[in-house]
Amino acid sequence: MSKILNVDNSNGLVVISTEGYLNKDLGEEIQNIAVEYIDNGSNNFLLNLSQSNIVNSIGASIIIELIEKLQEVDGKLSFCELAPIIEKTFNIMGLTKYCKTFNSQAEALEALK
Amino acid sequence: MSKNPTVELKLPILKNMELIATQTAEVVSKHMNLSEEKSGEISMAIIEACINAFEHSESKEEIFIHFIISDESLTVKVIDQGVGFDASEIEIPDIENKLKSSERKRGWGIMLIKELMDHVDFVSDSSGTTLTMVKNKDKNE
Repeated sequence: MSKILNVDNSNGLVVISTEGYLNKDLGEEIQNIAVEYIDNGSNNFLLNLSQSNIVNSIGASIIIELIEKLQEVDGKLSFCELAPIIEKTFNIMGLTKYCKTFNSQAEALEALK
Repeated sequence: MSKNPTVELKLPILKNMELIATQTAEVVSKHMNLSEEKSGEISMAIIEACINAFEHSESKEEIFIHFIISDESLTVKVIDQGVGFDASEIEIPDIENKLKSSERKRGWGIMLIKELMDHVDFVSDSSGTTLTMVKNKDKNE
């Protein structure tokens, strides 16, 4: 139902792409992968949610935990290709105050690398 | 007086069952010609309401969701038979405070529901909770 589709690490940017419901399980998968990369020195992450069109607040809360971990290593998290309701949810919760959002992955790569 | 058409769901308390309710919400929203934006907001509010009912009610039984269709609005009732809660004790979450402290990062459900729907009301006691959420139709819908 929900999974990590792809993880790409190039030019200092880790791009994590997902599919399906961004719930507790998928949030934890994202966090676990990101923490592995953080432990190996990465601190710049892009989350591509183009194939995830629904979220719940538990999944989003785990993304807040990831933002907190990244703050500890002077890192940053950005989002791209958010479904309108996910963008609205992240706006209400305040995630977008701490993370840039981009309409496309190409636009994000251009800005973040 | 004719009764408003109502769709009723009974969901077992199992993982991801809230997605069944969102699928029903999409069908009902389309039937009512609600915009995709409103349909998404209703689905998101229902997800949060179901999670609250599943997790916080301590209910071991199923929950019930009623979609009540009228010319002016869609009313969604999420009913559980749990232990109830005191709405006055719910704190409004703030991401800045959550990031500054070791505070638990969760607790956003009620805030999201209130932001996404036009009217929200709770009736809760020791025999259960009924959350009523209303999304109004625009004149052009």
